[in-house]
Amino acid sequence: MNKRNLILYIAILTATVIAPFLFPDFRTQLATLWLMIIVALTWDMTGGQMGYNSLGNIFFYGTGMYVAAVIAIGLVYDVGAYTDAAGGQIFIFTEAQYFSGLFLGVIGAGLFCSVTAVVIGYLTFGLRGPYFAIGTLGVAIAAGELVSNWDWVGGGQGIALPVYPGDFDIGKLLFYYLFAGVGVVLFIFLKWLYSTRFGEAINAIRDDEEKAEAMGLHTLRYKLTTWAMAAFFVGMVGAISAFQLIHFEPLETAYQTINLGIFMVVCVLLGGKGTLWGPVVGAILFHVFKEVTWNYLLGWQWVALGALIVVTVVYFQDGIMGWLMHRRPEWFGIRVEEKDTAGA
Amino acid sequence: MNAIIEVRDVSKSYGGVAANTGISLSVDEGGITGLIGPNGSGKTTLFNSIVGYHPIDSGSIKFESKEISKLPVQAIARRGLLRTFQQTRIYGKMNCVQNMLISLPHRKMSFFDAFSRHGQQDYERTDGLLDFVGLYEKRFLRAGSLSFGQQKLLEFAMALMNEPTALLLDEPTAGINPTLINGLIDRLKRANTEFGITLFVIEHNMRVIMNLAEKIYCLAHGQLLAEGTPEQIQNDQRVIDAYLGVH
Repeated sequence: MNKRNLILYIAILTATVIAPFLFPDFRTQLATLWLMIIVALTWDMTGGQMGYNSLGNIFFYGTGMYVAAVIAIGLVYDVGAYTDAAGGQIFIFTEAQYFSGLFLGVIGAGLFCSVTAVVIGYLTFGLRGPYFAIGTLGVAIAAGELVSNWDWVGGGQGIALPVYPGDFDIGKLLFYYLFAGVGVVLFIFLKWLYSTRFGEAINAIRDDEEKAEAMGLHTLRYKLTTWAMAAFFVGMVGAISAFQLIHFEPLETAYQTINLGIFMVVCVLLGGKGTLWGPVVGAILFHVFKEVTWNYLLGWQWVALGALIVVTVVYFQDGIMGWLMHRRPEWFGIRVEEKDTAGA
Repeated sequence: MNAIIEVRDVSKSYGGVAANTGISLSVDEGGITGLIGPNGSGKTTLFNSIVGYHPIDSGSIKFESKEISKLPVQAIARRGLLRTFQQTRIYGKMNCVQNMLISLPHRKMSFFDAFSRHGQQDYERTDGLLDFVGLYEKRFLRAGSLSFGQQKLLEFAMALMNEPTALLLDEPTAGINPTLINGLIDRLKRANTEFGITLFVIEHNMRVIMNLAEKIYCLAHGQLLAEGTPEQIQNDQRVIDAYLGVH
């Protein structure tokens, strides 16, 4: 890494750490921004880098929420009795019970979602192109409907988690740093992953899967591993969201296919598919755009969002990073190199 | 010489169309074997059967004396039997160097090797082979932006990078500028002699195949019509008739 990049990364990291103190009124907003960045980056792992456009990644978000809730509550009480009580009985969580539930819930949600990704991937990775998108969307919608009819986890009313035991503002800060921490770890992980042979292999699957098979790549193994890794991070942020929101229900919050499930795709399309920075840039722009229109164009916010999607898809098909790569290929190392000047 | 690929009585039909009927042939280890025939005579179908692209209806296909007709494409490729495509296939959004590096043989790679980076010798091999096919200057360009002929050369270099035992080439000179064809013939021969790769080549360009191959099989209407040295094939009345459409 050269010196200029190092300074840039240190600056971004510093901004990440001090942002909630600079803008104390926007702590929840900033936490949501990190959530958008994480789901966009993980969507791009399969959608951008591997060429499998999943519309079902929201499944892991919702499943992460429920797994975390079941773990956090199940550690202390019987889950069925807890959801049955519907406010009629008081359940108390000590500070230690809350934090152990949070920790184990987040980790457990990540692991559970990884395993589910392998199982669902095994069934759906035979589908290509739009069929994969619709197949995974079906999984997410079906999961939402199933969970909303499952009384043990609260059915359509959803489930309420214990409230953060300490000061409310400190709680907001905690959730911001949890999201930011997962985001930073994810970014570093992906920067490394895309530089390995694994990154090359999933790019090859994106560009021509049949060729990759003919060259002897273990294509299914790469696809399952990639989705399992993506699901791990989505499941974890789903779990963190569950604790942040305290109460959530299956269709509008957990398996919210038309909100977050589509937003993550729009973020990546806006920023540029198949690049490391594209999803980050796209998520930031999208989140700012969404918050501004939701505040100042109320009533027209969905129209504005639709217009943004249309403009992106029609005029910036490769997103911002793709547009830059097209205009300034030399910035990305795309160049003709004469033999005598090369070091090889 | 030993036969490295042995095809015995292979038949394959698509619905009612018999693309291959009872074909038997063998490819000698270390040699260059040609496969010719008019359009639609079943050459590419036979290639697809050999590399496991589709199941065959009957017969047997052996590679290095082991039955491979039931194996999937990836498993056959990892045994060292590789093919190139008639419609050239490269990884369009990746640059030439990445195209080469991902073509390193996966049979020598464990799952955890995927999480490592390439060593210096991988890059040297890449540069050497790109130089061999004349694409060194363009190695940081996206493969999709290369001309069709250059993509074909890149695909050939990728196949060499994979260190196959045998390589099946589907029309390696189709769409290539005639002045480049001589260079390509030379490179194919050098791949055979220097790297010791057995070649099995489908080709429509008679001048190319007569120069290249030591033994030629001719298909017509999904059946084996003739086999022999280039001279025998050139003088075989049945082959001439098949190409001129007397059948």
